[in-house]
Amino acid sequence: MKELLTVSASPHIRGKMNITLAMRLVIIALVPAFIFSVYLYGVRVLIITIISIVVSLVCEAVMQKMLGRKITIADSSAVLTGLLLAFNLPPGVPLWMPAIGSAFAIIFAKQLFGGLGYNFINPALAGRAFLMASWPTFMTREWLAPVGGTLSGIDGITGATPLTLLKNPANYGDPSVIISRLNEMETIKNIFIGKIGGCIGETSALLLLIGGLFLIIIGIVDYRIVVGYLGSFSLLALVLPTKANVVFHLFSGGLFLGAFFMATDWVTSPITNKGRWIFGIGCGVLTVVIRMWGGYPEGVSYSILLMNVFTPLIDRLTRERIFGEQRKRKGAKK
Amino acid sequence: MLRGFSGGVHPPEDKTTETCAIEIVPPPKRVCIPFSQHTGKPARPLVQKDDLVRIGTKIGESDGFISVPIHSSVAGKVIAIEQYAHPVLGSAECCIIESTDSDEWETNIMENQNYEQLTREELLGIIKEAGIVGLGGAAFPTHVKLTPPPEKPIDTLIINGCECEPMLTADHRLMLEYPTGITEGAKLFLKILGAHNLIFAVEDNKKNAAEIVKQEGVDVRLVKTKYPQGAEKQLIKALLNREVPRGGLPMDVGCVVQNVGTCYAAFQAARYQKPLIDRVVTVTGTGVKESKNVLVRIGTPAIDVINYCGGYTNPPKKIIFGGPMMGIAQYTEYVPIIKGTSGIIVWSEVPDESEDPCVRCASCVNVCPMGLMPTEIYAFVRNKKFSKAKEYGVLDCIECGCCAYACPAKIRLVHYLKYGKSEVWRLSKK
Repeated sequence: MKELLTVSASPHIRGKMNITLAMRLVIIALVPAFIFSVYLYGVRVLIITIISIVVSLVCEAVMQKMLGRKITIADSSAVLTGLLLAFNLPPGVPLWMPAIGSAFAIIFAKQLFGGLGYNFINPALAGRAFLMASWPTFMTREWLAPVGGTLSGIDGITGATPLTLLKNPANYGDPSVIISRLNEMETIKNIFIGKIGGCIGETSALLLLIGGLFLIIIGIVDYRIVVGYLGSFSLLALVLPTKANVVFHLFSGGLFLGAFFMATDWVTSPITNKGRWIFGIGCGVLTVVIRMWGGYPEGVSYSILLMNVFTPLIDRLTRERIFGEQRKRKGAKK
Repeated sequence: MLRGFSGGVHPPEDKTTETCAIEIVPPPKRVCIPFSQHTGKPARPLVQKDDLVRIGTKIGESDGFISVPIHSSVAGKVIAIEQYAHPVLGSAECCIIESTDSDEWETNIMENQNYEQLTREELLGIIKEAGIVGLGGAAFPTHVKLTPPPEKPIDTLIINGCECEPMLTADHRLMLEYPTGITEGAKLFLKILGAHNLIFAVEDNKKNAAEIVKQEGVDVRLVKTKYPQGAEKQLIKALLNREVPRGGLPMDVGCVVQNVGTCYAAFQAARYQKPLIDRVVTVTGTGVKESKNVLVRIGTPAIDVINYCGGYTNPPKKIIFGGPMMGIAQYTEYVPIIKGTSGIIVWSEVPDESEDPCVRCASCVNVCPMGLMPTEIYAFVRNKKFSKAKEYGVLDCIECGCCAYACPAKIRLVHYLKYGKSEVWRLSKK
């Protein structure tokens, strides 16, 4: 007898995008920054990243097995989490740290909440926050100087990354000299290119910008979050007395990594257009608040995590307008 | 510059049959004509087993206002009135007629040269008696659509030649080959409605059709090729920037939209008194040997049409009535063509249809032409929170399929939303 016909609901054709492809495209967008980081800080970067990714994959598989779920490590989402976590670690951290960080990210932030699509905070950032709370010294001290450069991006000042210098300039010399040198064109150029100390993947604003624009153009990243984030951040950095200029703030620390790659994480950001603006602006405001008044020199990861928590609320309050829905009661059409 | 509508997708057009002139499929040995081919009450059978019928013999009488009569599409003998496969309803009461070789028409069907002198009421009667329904797919009785209540005056009649569904070219061919019939039919509608504005909308991937129709002296407007441009509410928005209110109809904003095929059928009814007994269907897909546009008698089993097109290439895996975005997958190749069937798509392979979890990418939200949040509604439906689904507008869904098309997790969003709709209706009836 003949085979039965397939009966399924319409539509009968589907678009080309799928989750695995999307994950891989994000990974591809991160590769330039990664390669540059290996060049800047050496093979240690490679080792940390590999550990982070492998532990992510193993934890994902083991957790899925234990929880009786389908094992989906081939979808590359765990690879991306591992990669992003590594990007958020200083290149000099002990090698067990990426392992613990990605284990926490996958086990607690992702799988225990239901796996892909159900986590309410960004797993990689949760991993970073966990490490930050547990071993703050490793997370804030283990910087490596880039090839042919200094931690600060300034000749002769080697003690700290630009943002740390900005936070506590008095610890490293004459504050007014340090601040003025931070604002020099030469320093900002080094910061933009990434020849400074910093987390593995965050230093090169240039390469992250290229990767991020690529994702916006192909439609994986929504520009609203990025523009909302960077826009509100710039505006506040401009009007508030922050010692350094706006460009310095934009390019330094993990802002570009956060704005293009972490805040825009599909699962943990709002799904409405208006909500995405609110989310991005919220991230920007919080980042400035933490950088200016917080205890940390950097505020990107905590601001995104905080906004992640607001995502369900934002979605609920910013429903899209349904076609034909009357906003206000205007005089009915005759 | 024309305004568009928000949302929508650009699936591959695959309109390979646009150069295939309409061919006439000979009447099949046997037709199975369902008594329900339209939205509304099924027609009441007028014939019995062993009755002889001719082409155009009325075999079902309209039963109520939202209903139309059904006519025989062949000359022959009624061999049964029984439940049979139905492309939309699964199965329904059908009149099965075995055709004789004679091509005899019902005797009272006569040409009317002076159809232009017919009054509004006469025209409405003719359209109803000819069993004309919307041929775009929804099959809503045309005479009902043409008689809006007096408090809803119609200023604009839109003729829908968008054919935004991928792969289908039946309307395109009809516009190329019978532009006069279509525009004549449109003018009859205009007269019935008393509207002063006639807009003929064609997607800009059919410029040749637009040119030909323009020569008939009507106001042809090109609209962007974007799915679902041909959906009534989206088309009205794009052409007139009017938004049909939620739960409302085009007449609420002074519009009536009619498909080109419907216009042609109405013209044939007025001019030749020909009831709706055949229609143009696009037959295409990887599973059929020769893709064609064919004129098929209503009630012809799909397999007869497929065989006319050279038969299957490989054993079929999926047979769709309609287009790939909104068409209905059939469970048997014997299902008959009905008035609303615009295409037959045969596929010899089907893609993997497994679902991944929603990753909240919001693709569905961005492409929904109705401004809905399909993934949220999907979650409510899955958790049986139907009142929430209703609050989020599940009843506004037009089932166009953009959300599921765009979904990277391949979630069958339309399936869940349709289910949600039916549950909301069921619960509200209680």
